[in-house]
Amino acid sequence: MHKTKVVDHLILLFGVFIMMAPVVVAFMTSTHDALDVHLHGLQVTWGGHFTDTYHEMLTKKGGFTGEVTGARMVMNSFILGVGFAVGKIVLSMLAAYAIVYFRFRMGVIFFWMIFTTLLLPLEVRILPSYDVMTKLGLVNTYTGLIVPLLASATGTFFFRQFFKSVPDELLEAARIDGAGPFKFFIDILVPLSKTMIAAIFIIMFVYGWNQYLWPMLMTNEESFYTLVRGIKQILLVWVGSQIPEYNQAFALAILAMLPPVLIVVIFQSWFIKGLTESDK
Amino acid sequence: MKRVQFSSPYLPYLFLLPQMTVVFIFFYWPSVQAIQSSFYLEDPFGFGATFVGFDNYLEAFKSSHYQQIARFTVVFTILVTVFSLSIGLLLATTADTVIRGSGPYKTLLICVYAIAPPVAGLIGMMFFDQHIGPFVTMAAWFGWDMKVGIDYVDTAFAMIVVAVWKQIPYNFIFFLSGLQGIPVSVREAAAIDNRSRLGRFRTVTLPLLAPTAFFLLIINMTYSLFDTFGIIDVIVKDKAANNPITLVYKVYMDGFRGNDIGGSAAQSVILMLIVLLLTVFQFRFIERRVHYN
Repeated sequence: MHKTKVVDHLILLFGVFIMMAPVVVAFMTSTHDALDVHLHGLQVTWGGHFTDTYHEMLTKKGGFTGEVTGARMVMNSFILGVGFAVGKIVLSMLAAYAIVYFRFRMGVIFFWMIFTTLLLPLEVRILPSYDVMTKLGLVNTYTGLIVPLLASATGTFFFRQFFKSVPDELLEAARIDGAGPFKFFIDILVPLSKTMIAAIFIIMFVYGWNQYLWPMLMTNEESFYTLVRGIKQILLVWVGSQIPEYNQAFALAILAMLPPVLIVVIFQSWFIKGLTESDK
Repeated sequence: MKRVQFSSPYLPYLFLLPQMTVVFIFFYWPSVQAIQSSFYLEDPFGFGATFVGFDNYLEAFKSSHYQQIARFTVVFTILVTVFSLSIGLLLATTADTVIRGSGPYKTLLICVYAIAPPVAGLIGMMFFDQHIGPFVTMAAWFGWDMKVGIDYVDTAFAMIVVAVWKQIPYNFIFFLSGLQGIPVSVREAAAIDNRSRLGRFRTVTLPLLAPTAFFLLIINMTYSLFDTFGIIDVIVKDKAANNPITLVYKVYMDGFRGNDIGGSAAQSVILMLIVLLLTVFQFRFIERRVHYN
């Protein structure tokens, strides 16, 4: 019995090692200077150049046109993450409210039309989507970056599921007290959904922050680059220079993963609950 | 549905309007356009398009390059799915038996879930780098002259390693929550009946986990087909020349780099059909699972 426990811990430790070692090495290497990394390879110890590397990465004008800084990309990533999460919550709460709380003939049809969006991921319709965006003149805008990503049903399902679990008596009581659809929604349903809204917000923020393909198509002006979108281009420039700036490339990677990783770690239980219950 | 509902001639439409507008403009319009342009041959200089029927599809299926990419996509999908599922399952079953310290293990094992695929690709590229990559050094010990980005097999190897690494946490989360859903009484009964842990796992745990495993199988297949785009793009860096790529990446390359709009659209539609098939399969299964409960 005792022996198996040791083996269990060894397996888990090994698992933690393969999952975390690359992240730790990436961080440690980012604290060395470029020459050090160039000569001695990846690092597992603290290099003492943390502030230099990150300061330069955040403020140096990089990229091909030399007009985008790390700080700018951080800002764009936040705009995309927050914009997407808020947009998703507003659109899907309203839609779910209409579907669950109103009796109207088209309800089922609308439900299925929203539902169908789950069937086809963005990746299979990239070129026509891009075409549509050019026609609408939304290339290189924040609207074009955020709004098209809202065209999927995940949030609506979340809220539909949740609203259905809200007891009917609440609505009955509210109607006896003379509350109309707006009052019921704002004074009762929204406060009831607080935890739900928070859980969806963090899941959607991580999802938005981590978007790659869509920002890549929609933004070719570097001032609109998000961290995740900038990775490849910036990488080509930095690593292609005389002394490859691996340390800064790693610093960029660390910065790009930090907010989502922190969120997942801090809100772990919400996150797991939201994930395992929504995807089924 | 609710027993009591509001009824209003216009309010539900008002509430649905924002969502439906977005869905129509950014989902239905492009999807219809993809299907439509897959039947046309578009002039690369923008002078109109000619209807060519199924030519774009036939061309894709007949091209040996497309067939090669399709074969690679299948191999890639199978390997990524098998490895990330089995490692995730191993870690989840182990974490399920450990009581002390399972919290920190769990946290550390799921962290990587939050890392975007291209960022995972970047870290992977550094580990497989010609100058500083430890994996290249390690491979050299065994006489393997690893050249990621140049050699076809080596690049494929790096892609698979990164794709598996990124997907393990997801499978771990779902397997663990599946395991923790098995009632204590069932576990105890199994422990009395079967002393061997492996035997217990095979006869009791695995069948009970089957629905989770099936669900994950589909999810992992869609992940390998579509979500690995960022990993592949960072590793290949637009130079698809002699590098392995998946079908989705080919759609992107043909559409945006090669300007072959009809061909790219036809390939998109083929992928749509694959996803549809997978999804229908999944829903039918989930329906059946509901009956079991």
